[in-house]
Amino acid sequence: MIYEAAPEAVLLFFLFVGFTLGLSFWLGRKAKSSAGYFAAHGQIPWFVNGIAFAGDYLSAASFLGICGMIAFYGYDGFLYSIGYLAGWIVALFVVAEPMKRLGKFTFADALDAKFNSKGIRVAAGISTLAVSIFYLIPQMVGAGVLVQPLLGFEHWQGVVLVGAVVIMIVVTAGMVSTTWVQFLKGSLLVVFSAILTWMILDRGFEIKTSGIDGHEFARYTIDRDLLERPGDVIEALGGRSVVAPEGPWKAVPEFVQLKEGDRITVWHLEDSESPNQVDVVEAQSITRSTGQPDIVNGEVKGTEKGGPELHPVGFVSRLPNGEQSTGPVGLASFFSILQESEVVLWPSKTIKTSDDVSTTVYYQKKTMGGQVLRPGEHPRFQGIRKDSGWGRVNFVSLMLALFCGTASLPHILIRYYTVKDEQSARKSTIVGIASIGFFYVLTLYLGLGAMTSGAMDVTNTNMAAPLLAKSMNTWLFAAISAIAFTTVLGTVSGLILASAGAVTHDLVSNFRTEPMSDAQQVRLAKITSVFVGGIAIVLGIVFQGLNVSYLVGWAFSVAASANLPSLIMILFWKGVTRQGVIAAIVVGMVSSLAWILLSADTFSKVYGLPEAGALTPFTQPGIVTIPLGFVTLVLVSLMTKDSGNTNREA
Amino acid sequence: METRPNPLGMALFFVYLLFYAGFVLINATAPELMERTPLAGLNLAVLYGFALIVMAFVLSMIYGVLAGRRDANSSASNDQASTNNGGAK
Repeated sequence: MIYEAAPEAVLLFFLFVGFTLGLSFWLGRKAKSSAGYFAAHGQIPWFVNGIAFAGDYLSAASFLGICGMIAFYGYDGFLYSIGYLAGWIVALFVVAEPMKRLGKFTFADALDAKFNSKGIRVAAGISTLAVSIFYLIPQMVGAGVLVQPLLGFEHWQGVVLVGAVVIMIVVTAGMVSTTWVQFLKGSLLVVFSAILTWMILDRGFEIKTSGIDGHEFARYTIDRDLLERPGDVIEALGGRSVVAPEGPWKAVPEFVQLKEGDRITVWHLEDSESPNQVDVVEAQSITRSTGQPDIVNGEVKGTEKGGPELHPVGFVSRLPNGEQSTGPVGLASFFSILQESEVVLWPSKTIKTSDDVSTTVYYQKKTMGGQVLRPGEHPRFQGIRKDSGWGRVNFVSLMLALFCGTASLPHILIRYYTVKDEQSARKSTIVGIASIGFFYVLTLYLGLGAMTSGAMDVTNTNMAAPLLAKSMNTWLFAAISAIAFTTVLGTVSGLILASAGAVTHDLVSNFRTEPMSDAQQVRLAKITSVFVGGIAIVLGIVFQGLNVSYLVGWAFSVAASANLPSLIMILFWKGVTRQGVIAAIVVGMVSSLAWILLSADTFSKVYGLPEAGALTPFTQPGIVTIPLGFVTLVLVSLMTKDSGNTNREA
Repeated sequence: METRPNPLGMALFFVYLLFYAGFVLINATAPELMERTPLAGLNLAVLYGFALIVMAFVLSMIYGVLAGRRDANSSASNDQASTNNGGAK
């Protein structure tokens, strides 16, 4: 689709960035000590901290990724919402209060409280860095994805812009400014999602055959044998002629290319009521070839608004009881009506005609509402509907990693040090659960609302939420876009701060003979923040094409495998030894990373190799590597029982 | 140093864990069950999913209220000890 920068979006974005930076500088005057820089002096009110949890946690993957996944595949994206929220139960009931009690600045503090061991600090510090950087990549890629259509910048410019703003926020006032940015973003995200949901319900459903640009998709019913006469002008096809399939097009008999003048378009064949007839349904196509402009639907893609481009899509094709439109719907009837309706989804198929030319066809697929409201439609979740046992194991493994991952994410855990005591830690977690849970309930309305909004870009699932807002009105679009940016800002600041804390407290201070002064610690943390921010910018540019929600799942798996076993066992078992903790972190981190790098998903999406070459039976490591971390911890602790526990390392 | 999480938190944790495990296992073993529409035309997938989110909130509120009372009791009866504990951080 062709996006042009909306002046409202640009204005709101810069207003917001300006306000945030102003706030940062103002707060920065007060935060000079390391306790202020890393933990905001433990003086953040619990309610603010709770909303900041939401601002920290609801990343671009939650907002853009989940909405996009629901908009294109239905219910499956909501499985992420459920898993991401469930993880907070572990955080609240098991981890929150002991974390606050044992630690000071980083979660390594809590692990190390009993042992005072360099090894634990180094292992925990490295796992913090690994998880945070995994988490950073999709946020930065998301920033680039957003900036392109909204502000009219190139991908790299967007990444650099966001990176620079975040570095300024983190360097000026550390945790203080980060917290307030996250608070602001968390509130805005929840409030505007609620407004958007209300507008979706108010709009209800309406049967359409076109998206918001008004292009009516054609559908002809013709005799099957007409397709066997390539070259003849066929009146029943609107005066088009059939192009004889060549090369790879022969392998896709469900598509037919039609020619009208010089323009070749792709159509999808559907079974008709009579066996002798066939429905020829207009599809959309984009042909990319190296060094040539893209061809969309048989024409050179325009560069300005109004030029040839893919049409926005997303509509209901049938409503219950033969209705044409429903008018406003309720919170429950939204689902019960959709359940009995039929929507048009747009799956895609890529046909490679030569080494550097490929055509991707997006075709209409009428889908029962009941089908988009059930799990197992997205390729990642289809395994639960197939007979293969590994598909089911893979699903359980992902849900386990989401459940265990939240309470193991370093950038979430450090928020427990910004409040004054355990009671505040508990209360702010409850506020966090309330606001995050409320938002996740809305994701299902937002996603399904986007699916039927007529504004979807078939090539870009990440844009579903902003485009949904666009179908309502321009200012809402501007507001949602600006919020999506701040979503990236809030989460990235938290991640950079967590990394800086790990480097300063867990890695560098360990290897110095003299303790660092307060001012030295803050200076080192600021330098680290700039450095990590720089790495994030580079990675955001390098991984440009990667799906936003994809890497976040990895980060959860690695965090859960590396950190959770030690966090839990230290609380429950007196026999834990220093060596046990170190071994569990290292084994959990290495095994989960190795599993991911050798899995079918990574083979096909990152290396571009055939999936069959993968060395792991399924993609999600959690179900193997989380228990492995626990087993390692217990075994190593038992083996080192006599030497480790009571002997403190100097 | 007291590191053990309190029994109330653990009890609520296991209640939720059971409920979550039920959802995951139904999806993994009998996904067709999720398509049933037991209530008001809503299918089990939507109902169970929303219930999981609402339940997380309800359990956390119960925990907040009960743990708040426990704290109030313990600080009233044992003021000196809790001040020491706070000072040790």
